Amino acid sequence: MLKHIATNYISTYAGAKLEQKNETETYQSNESIISVKNLTKMFGDFVAVDSISFDVKKGEIFGLLGPNGAGKSTTLRMLSTLARPTKGTATIGGFDIVKEDTEVRKLIGIVSEKMIMYNRLTARENLVFFGSLFNLPKDVLNKRIDELLELVQLTKWKNAQVGTFSTGMRQRMNVVRALLNMPQVLFLDEPTLGLDPQSSVEIREFIKKLNRENGTTIIVTTHMMVDADLLCDRIGIMDHAKIVALDTSTNLKKTISGADTTILKLEIGNLSPQIIEAIQDCNCVDSVTQENTLHLKVISHGQEAFDSVIDAIRTSGGKINSMENLQPTLEDVFLHITGHQVRDSADQKIPMEQHKHYGAAPSRIR
Amino acid sequence: MIAMGAKSLLSHSFRIAWKDLTELFRNRLGLVLLILMPLFMMAMIGFIYPSSNTTISNMPVAVVNQDSGFNGLTQPSQFFISTLQGINSQTHMLKLSNATSLDQIKSDIQNSKIDGGIIIPSNFSTCIINGEQGTLIIVTDQSNPTVSAELEGALSGVFSEMGTALAQHNVQGLSAAVTANESLAVVQPYIVKTEGVVPGNQSYFNFIAPGIMAMTVMMSVMTGLPVAISQEKEVGTMDGMMVAPINRLSIILGKALGQTARGLIQGVIIMALAIGLFGVAVHGSILLVFGLLLLGVFSFVGLGIVLTSLAKDQETAQMMMMTLMFPMMFLSGVMFPLQQMPWYMQDIAKFLPLTYAADAMRKVMVLGAGVPAISNDLIIMIVFGVVMIAIAVPLFRRMMTR
Repeated sequence: MLKHIATNYISTYAGAKLEQKNETETYQSNESIISVKNLTKMFGDFVAVDSISFDVKKGEIFGLLGPNGAGKSTTLRMLSTLARPTKGTATIGGFDIVKEDTEVRKLIGIVSEKMIMYNRLTARENLVFFGSLFNLPKDVLNKRIDELLELVQLTKWKNAQVGTFSTGMRQRMNVVRALLNMPQVLFLDEPTLGLDPQSSVEIREFIKKLNRENGTTIIVTTHMMVDADLLCDRIGIMDHAKIVALDTSTNLKKTISGADTTILKLEIGNLSPQIIEAIQDCNCVDSVTQENTLHLKVISHGQEAFDSVIDAIRTSGGKINSMENLQPTLEDVFLHITGHQVRDSADQKIPMEQHKHYGAAPSRIR
Repeated sequence: MIAMGAKSLLSHSFRIAWKDLTELFRNRLGLVLLILMPLFMMAMIGFIYPSSNTTISNMPVAVVNQDSGFNGLTQPSQFFISTLQGINSQTHMLKLSNATSLDQIKSDIQNSKIDGGIIIPSNFSTCIINGEQGTLIIVTDQSNPTVSAELEGALSGVFSEMGTALAQHNVQGLSAAVTANESLAVVQPYIVKTEGVVPGNQSYFNFIAPGIMAMTVMMSVMTGLPVAISQEKEVGTMDGMMVAPINRLSIILGKALGQTARGLIQGVIIMALAIGLFGVAVHGSILLVFGLLLLGVFSFVGLGIVLTSLAKDQETAQMMMMTLMFPMMFLSGVMFPLQQMPWYMQDIAKFLPLTYAADAMRKVMVLGAGVPAISNDLIIMIVFGVVMIAIAVPLFRRMMTR
């Protein structure tokens, strides 16, 4: 069933190329809809978000990328008025997120990583309930609900209890729920977390379509590099409560793929710790990652990068089976900027655990 | 502007309450428990505590006749035993058996074969024939205070009845002119008759039903509120309400409404069970009963919101609720009369709103009292409710906007 929907979905929007984002294809204006200044959130002594500032343009898809505990979700919760900033301000559509929170709430929708819906209510009842909190006239609300259910192909199941839905169906419900008030700004917190590839594609395509057709500004947090790369006009990389880089995906990659940086994938038949150490000792090498028993990924800079890496391997007795010169990925960018891999922490989705690393375990984080 | 705000506050509250009730009614098991819980409570408490209607029957009791007689005469003890058997054959209170010694009675009690024993001492006939008082010894099972109290009561009744019969016989023997009734009046000059405020016998159910109704309805608000809200926080659905442009108060108001409705449904079930199954009569106005229940809810809403604001998660909420619920259940005079408790416990009870709710409910349901008779209770409940809400609302607002 899901497969059918997914194919249907993709064929309908085949026009938009899936795997490559066309840089000229933008729907944004130059007007800022979100403006964040020195936004800070502290839980006791623990700084969850450390004085971040950025602007998001109207109609933009803006991604916040980073490991768990970096402060992405907290930033999103502050912007969506669910948490109060400790310091700093932010406006959405010109309204202050603290002083004019009710006005802000009228403009936004939020797709949380937790499913916001009641399992014992039917799909339709859920939407009617949340819709009724927006003071819409009954006929307008009913019409909108029918449209939204049709949009995510759930019309057939509108009278079934949400508890009986598959994860993919539930996530589609979760997304439509946020659209009941036709928000100008949609916040998505890990929208593809725990979804199979098909459902991920569905959600991704749906977000793009929403952005293209309605001009909805979208702020999405994720630790999935693919999502960020395919979806976002601009990406902010967060680490340790700060935004450490902010640009388009292409520009971010350029920062490391300029004439100066070389990314090599090497297969070494007799790979040993000594060989890795020898490579690391080269002046030109920025980082070495061992991918499995034979393969190494080396990020290096300088004109002689190729030669010095190969020399280092040869002199330490390594046998090079094959060698590849790679295009940088967002992952490499992240590694380059933060010095650690995003996956290290992305696999365990327990925020509390994360915070323990920093000495404080604030229980009020959620 | 304010009227508009109030209108949407109420309409959002109703939406939230309606949503909660829909969820409740979809939960089949929950619904069954909603009915079973009060039924169990009524039945257990009503039957465990002795009421005047319950009479003991066929309680196994052993008799040891150690009477050595006076000059070989043992008529007094034989007369005693035959009278005992005679009375018992009418009432069937005891199941009499014979035993040989005190030690046998003790071991039989230890082995749960009998509940108690009667010993006729060796000098019984000697005393009676010499015109002295005859002593009888009752052996009781100290491990079971209720049974031994019942046995003592039953045997004392039997003995005094026997004594009366004997005395009556003796008085009649003094003068042939005395009739049976006159002789009874000489022996037992007073008859005690009990008259209640309302006609009819009072069972323990009459005592507990009003208290349990008050407790269930009020507790469901106090305990249901923190659990319901912390659950929504945990699941994440609370965020869905919080990002909607609604007044934060409508969330708590809606939740409280939903819990109140649930509590009232339970209250009605308890009332129906009490009337239908346990023969409880409502002497006062039913409207006043429901008015009281609502007022009880009002006095507990504030406390519920305070707990909600303090509880971080569902587990904490549950634990807090248990901690508060048990003292309230036992100290508020719901299950035992307050007068049974020592003075310091009674003083603590004075600080619990449930005490006043249960008292007022009992006065209305059992005694048929009107508003004037319970005005003190009403005032205290209103004051408690207002004070708690005044504390609760700022706390709740702070919790919602961390």
